[in-house]
Amino acid sequence: MEEFAQQVVTGVSIGSIYAIIALAIVLIYRSTSVVNFAQGEMAMFTTFITWSFLLRMDFWPAFLLTIVVAFFIGAALEIVVMRPVERAPHLNSIVVTLGLLAIFNSVALWRYGPLQKPFPDPDNWCIGDSCLEIFQGDAFTAGAVTISRLNVGILFVALMIMVALFLMFNYTKLGLAMRATALNPVASQLVGINVSRMLALGWGLAAAVGAVAGVMTASSLNLSIDMMAGILIFGFAGAVLGGLDSPGGAIIGGLSVGVFQVLAGNYIDSQIDLMAAFAIIFIVLVIRPTGLFGRRLVRRV
Amino acid sequence: MIRVLKFQDVYASYGSVLALQGVSLKVAEGEVVALLGANGAGKSSTLRTISGLLRPSKGIVEFEGRRIDRTAPERIVQMGISQVPEGRQTFTELTVIENLRLGAYTRRDGRAVKQDLERVYTYFPVLAERRRQQAGLLSGGEQQMLAIGRALMAKPRLLLLDEPSLGLAPILVREIFEIIGKISKEEGLAILVVEQDASLALGIASHGYVLETGTVALHDTADNLKKSDSVRRAYLE
Repeated sequence: MEEFAQQVVTGVSIGSIYAIIALAIVLIYRSTSVVNFAQGEMAMFTTFITWSFLLRMDFWPAFLLTIVVAFFIGAALEIVVMRPVERAPHLNSIVVTLGLLAIFNSVALWRYGPLQKPFPDPDNWCIGDSCLEIFQGDAFTAGAVTISRLNVGILFVALMIMVALFLMFNYTKLGLAMRATALNPVASQLVGINVSRMLALGWGLAAAVGAVAGVMTASSLNLSIDMMAGILIFGFAGAVLGGLDSPGGAIIGGLSVGVFQVLAGNYIDSQIDLMAAFAIIFIVLVIRPTGLFGRRLVRRV
Repeated sequence: MIRVLKFQDVYASYGSVLALQGVSLKVAEGEVVALLGANGAGKSSTLRTISGLLRPSKGIVEFEGRRIDRTAPERIVQMGISQVPEGRQTFTELTVIENLRLGAYTRRDGRAVKQDLERVYTYFPVLAERRRQQAGLLSGGEQQMLAIGRALMAKPRLLLLDEPSLGLAPILVREIFEIIGKISKEEGLAILVVEQDASLALGIASHGYVLETGTVALHDTADNLKKSDSVRRAYLE
């Protein structure tokens, strides 16, 4: 039982990165019906930007600055690359995101090279001499369950971003307008919402959220060009499991995928964790095609 | 009388399909104008052109003396035109109060918005009762009230109503039209109403236009239109 609890805790820690990436995917999907396959590579690329900031400044300012830069990169991508294909079938847009995936990958390789870069773990998430104590020292233990400081840090950041997004969507005028745009773009225009601006904002937000996932991944695995490949697959699985258009579902989906993966790796075989995780997702989707929290598609004639 | 809307020789099309072929009409301050015609005559296209969803290929659209035929829809709302679209188009997954708040999206005068919210609740008390409910759970008539209330929240000076009676029980339709008439009187609001049911629209309008295949076939006072043989035959019987 304790072992099981330990596995779940580890799974939740890993899953919180998937949850963040899933959230980024959902942010774009729900307003444009486009799955952004470049989400992982965008996160990888912005994490290299963090790394170049880290040469000049401490972790927290570098992290926050990256989020801002990522936001503008995301918004610019929507305006320059996605908008021209907006009216074409969604498949066109999806192919464009695959192109973006390749571009970010090549540009990162060209600019930063193939070698792994060291990246600070939460021990060194500081500004000047002040570091948050919660990230310092040995692993946490509660009974027989331990959780590393790295995972504490990742959970902390994941929670922060989720709370921030929740507050924005539910308690601000901008958040309400973004939800409205996702639900009914024409009606949104008719109440005076600039729908194009909302779409650019959505991409900006998704890129910023993705940047957080990138930094968390680099903190646990070191920074490399291919670090997001697996994360994107699991994050995508989490988004689908949650229902693709539900931010809350993305989080629960991402966390569940992390837990499935760890449990399967531990109780079956560590070689098949990927497969087992997908088997479970497959079963869920056969039973509930719209995912756990997805909107049922109702077409009115 | 001050002219609120001028629509002069307007052409518009969806791709290669011509929807409007030289439509001209006027709406003055505080008056209710009916836009009648069969399906596909160009009634909705006229409203869509005014609200900026459809861009005219030729012609002039003026609101309070300013050209708006190249203006973005969100800007037109801000200038003072609100549209209640056909089929209501409420945000069904948001609550009633969120829908109404979105109606006031372009406004920056928070206190006045609160007063307007109370006013909408006085016109449509059922919306006040259901303010925390999802709009999708409302009946068709209540959703129509919500769509009108949402449009009023923008504090428009011209209200465009597209088929407010669509799919509603006759008793509800009469109630909604009574309220529309009342709103127009009390607020001095100009209203352009598109309606299949001509007798309803002419009941509250001062004059009306009859569209046929994208052009104005007839323009007269509401009383004359009610008496006109061709209108009676086509739309009243």
